[in-house]
Amino acid sequence: MKFKLHIWRQPGPNAEGHMARYEIDDVSPDMSFLEMLDLLNENLHGKGEEPIAFDSDCREGICGMCSLVVNGVPHGPERGATVCQLHMRSFGNNSDIHIEPWRAKAFPVMRDLIVDRTSFDRIIQAGGYISVNSGAAPDANAIPIRKEDADTAFEAATCIGCGACVAACKNASAMLFVSAKNVHLARLPQGQPERIERALKMVEQMDAEGFGNCTNQYECEAVCPKEIPATFIADLNRDFLKAAITK
Amino acid sequence: MQLDARIPDGPIESKWDNFRQSMKLVNPANKRKFKIIVVGSGLAGGSAAATLGELGYHVDCFCFQDSPRRAHSIAAQGGINAAKNYQGDGDSVWRLFYDTVKGGDFRSREANVYRLAHLSRNIIDQCVAAGVPFAREYGGLLDNRSFGGAQVSRTFYARGQTGQQLLLGCYQALARQIHAGQVKMHTRTEMLDLVVKDGRAHGIITRDLATGQVERHTGHAVVLATGGYGRVFYLSTNAMGCNVTAAYRAHKRGAAFANPCYTQIHPTCIPVHGESQSKLTLMSESLRNDGRIWVPQKPDDKRTPSDIPENERDYYLERKYPSFGNLAPRDIASRSAKEACDGGKGVGYGGRGVYLDFADAINRLGADAIKARYGNLFDMYQRITADNPYQTPMRIYPASHYTMGGLWVDYHLMSNVRGLFVLGEANFSDHGANRLGASALMQGLADGYFVISDTLGNYLASEKPELMSTDDGAFQAVETEVTERVNKLLQANGNRSAASFHRELGKIMWEHCGMARNEAGLKEALQKIPKLREEFWANIGVPGTGAQLNQSLEEAGRVADFMEFAELMCRDALHRDESCGGHFREEHQSADGEAVRNDKDFCYAGAWEHKGVGAEQELHKEELEFDNVELATRSYK
Ligand SMILES: Cc1cc2nc3c(=O)[nH]c(=O)nc-3n(C[C@H](O)[C@H](O)[C@H](O)COP(=O)(O)OP(=O)(O)OC[C@H]3O[C@@H](n4cnc5c(N)ncnc54)[C@H](O)[C@@H]3O)c2cc1C
Ligand code: FES
Repeated sequence: MKFKLHIWRQPGPNAEGHMARYEIDDVSPDMSFLEMLDLLNENLHGKGEEPIAFDSDCREGICGMCSLVVNGVPHGPERGATVCQLHMRSFGNNSDIHIEPWRAKAFPVMRDLIVDRTSFDRIIQAGGYISVNSGAAPDANAIPIRKEDADTAFEAATCIGCGACVAACKNASAMLFVSAKNVHLARLPQGQPERIERALKMVEQMDAEGFGNCTNQYECEAVCPKEIPATFIADLNRDFLKAAITK
Repeated sequence: MQLDARIPDGPIESKWDNFRQSMKLVNPANKRKFKIIVVGSGLAGGSAAATLGELGYHVDCFCFQDSPRRAHSIAAQGGINAAKNYQGDGDSVWRLFYDTVKGGDFRSREANVYRLAHLSRNIIDQCVAAGVPFAREYGGLLDNRSFGGAQVSRTFYARGQTGQQLLLGCYQALARQIHAGQVKMHTRTEMLDLVVKDGRAHGIITRDLATGQVERHTGHAVVLATGGYGRVFYLSTNAMGCNVTAAYRAHKRGAAFANPCYTQIHPTCIPVHGESQSKLTLMSESLRNDGRIWVPQKPDDKRTPSDIPENERDYYLERKYPSFGNLAPRDIASRSAKEACDGGKGVGYGGRGVYLDFADAINRLGADAIKARYGNLFDMYQRITADNPYQTPMRIYPASHYTMGGLWVDYHLMSNVRGLFVLGEANFSDHGANRLGASALMQGLADGYFVISDTLGNYLASEKPELMSTDDGAFQAVETEVTERVNKLLQANGNRSAASFHRELGKIMWEHCGMARNEAGLKEALQKIPKLREEFWANIGVPGTGAQLNQSLEEAGRVADFMEFAELMCRDALHRDESCGGHFREEHQSADGEAVRNDKDFCYAGAWEHKGVGAEQELHKEELEFDNVELATRSYK
């Protein structure tokens, strides 16, 4: 297969960026999208040009490192998948493919397609945990947890923190990410003592990082590789309101 | 070089308690005066950094990813073992200990393994308290399954993503300590060397991967938890960034590297699709609970699987190992697949695949039940291969997955370099020559949550190490070497990429030091590797500068280390003239192809001392004593 690629190039955080055009052939339909970029980089290397910087690590949809907007959609056309799980067979031969980084004030570009997502870490640091020291835990089966609650908590906990939700949102809101962490811990009995405070602290940090407001557009849900439902946002809003009232 | 395992006295059941009762403690008010460096934020490093922070130490924690949550532990699928005996099926600490020693083919240290089994129960408690959403039964209690070669159900799991859930538990604990100011997290930062003076570790040299800045970090102790070296084979189930750099550079500074030839080849991975492949994807081996493995009986059978009748299929694991069948341990399952494919019975691209068939399970339990158990794994498979495993058998093939070898550590998890502790996959400690499924997560968390806090405290209290100034000549010297090395890569004016060398090295290793090894092949590899290394330094080209985010440079540095490390691995494999666990020497097999150990000559951990690049390393032996488990031929018939 052959493709015409249009890729965002930006030498550094404070440099100007632009879309550059590349052609690539010899692509096999079984190649993953990132292997296609590897091949392009190998070609660029052969010509003495600097390869395109992009993030990836596990290449199996679980670490949340890969982060490309493909033809305007974070993680590209396949629903419920990260861009590292995308294969070239999903694209028409000879088609144009546009590749850009996540775009959000809270995710500044570092180089080419790599952005800085440490703002997500700081949100979790603000309160996205249960305070229990190592060695201080009761027997794991001491508190049975309704399967339904355990399953919902699990569903929320499948968030891989990639940031696609932010990249898809016209307000660059991080509400889906924050609500996933909130529901994960709020559905578990262990998470109750800090529940209200946790919601408050995470939302405050989210605002401080410069993420936008949620105006219920739900583009986030559509691009989430783990298909985290936007209904979690309502749960977060409820906990946040309670926090605001009791504060 | 002295290797003293420092195993506490007493019967095996009470060694850990004996140590804890006599260990020296750091006064709580003094803990804040200690600075600890933790390299790695996976299950081992993340849990260690969080726990040490909670105790009041000042911790600097490093990872090369953009967030500690992305360490490769995240990718573990199947589960984590613990001797909770919640299922009442006869499990116990002793049984888990026994299974692990036997699974490791009697090449691990009994005392460490016993401690691991003992602590396994606390891990589950800790994780649940931290909010890890393990699978539960309808009554609300924790569910278990049996996993990889175990005859009891002791594996805790969170659908197909146990690693992610455990790591998030750890990451959140770490986040709490970062917020509290106890841990300073350095993301996108790579450790490039260890600073050692008079046999003691004092700090590390790092490169900030965003800016290129080379920096010095000092600490009272250094904890490495940098994962395994499975990417020495290039293709593996490990993440793209996994590397041997931190461990290997520590080795070059004096830390012994033990049993590097013990590598685990996982039987159930998605087969290679072509030359451009960058990594392989594991299909959790929990699939072997319900899937049946087979190949066509006739070589070169090109029929589609559904056209091959039952009586023309060879369910080779069920045939050869009637009591364990498809659940035979990993090394055995992998080698059997290779054997089938070497015999021309392989299926798919290059004849390198075997079927993993769910038809019977779907008939018996219904597609919904199978979906509930393995839904996400089936989806993942279909996405990658475009085949639907509900309708046609999966194709699988072994791939490099885990490395049992690692830096040598004593019972305290300290290497022979004082003050250098090594945790998780990066050490050699608990799995002997073969690791059982669901035991790596257990080990990483036991090391990080429960062992290091005590043994490190004991070290600090009894040896009172000094904090070295980063202006010390030792820091200066090592930093200079690091910078020179970085510049050497940047100035090499060749035209080949690091990836192309890595691929070539991987092929040599897979061919000669992979699932099966022999003397001639290993000697050939030992000829080829130094030549390739020469070619590497002559022809590598690294575009860009050192003062920027430069992924080509990062990769080149890691490949350069693999180029040296590969030789050590082959040397170890050559010297170990026996078959054991994941190390299968073709010269040593029984008439029916089983591994034959040589306990008389090789019942030791082989720890290698670095003697200069290209020079032959010196072997030191830690004799292994089995006082509690009788050395037996591992049989899974
Ligand atoms: C696909 C897959 C599935 C698996 N499934 C299971 C399973 O079901 N059950 C089980 O028990 N085990 C499983 N394993 C094995 C298990 O996941 C690993 O052995 C374990 O998670 C390793 O943890 P770790 O903390 O030692 O290292 P890792 O999680 O690999 O962490 C290494 C850390 O070190 C950092 N690092 C590395 N080098 C440097 C450097 N030079 N400078 C700075 N930082 C550095 C990294 O950034 C990272 O934070 C699986 C492994 C794979 C590959
Ligand atoms: S690289 Fe890990 S999710 Fe894509």
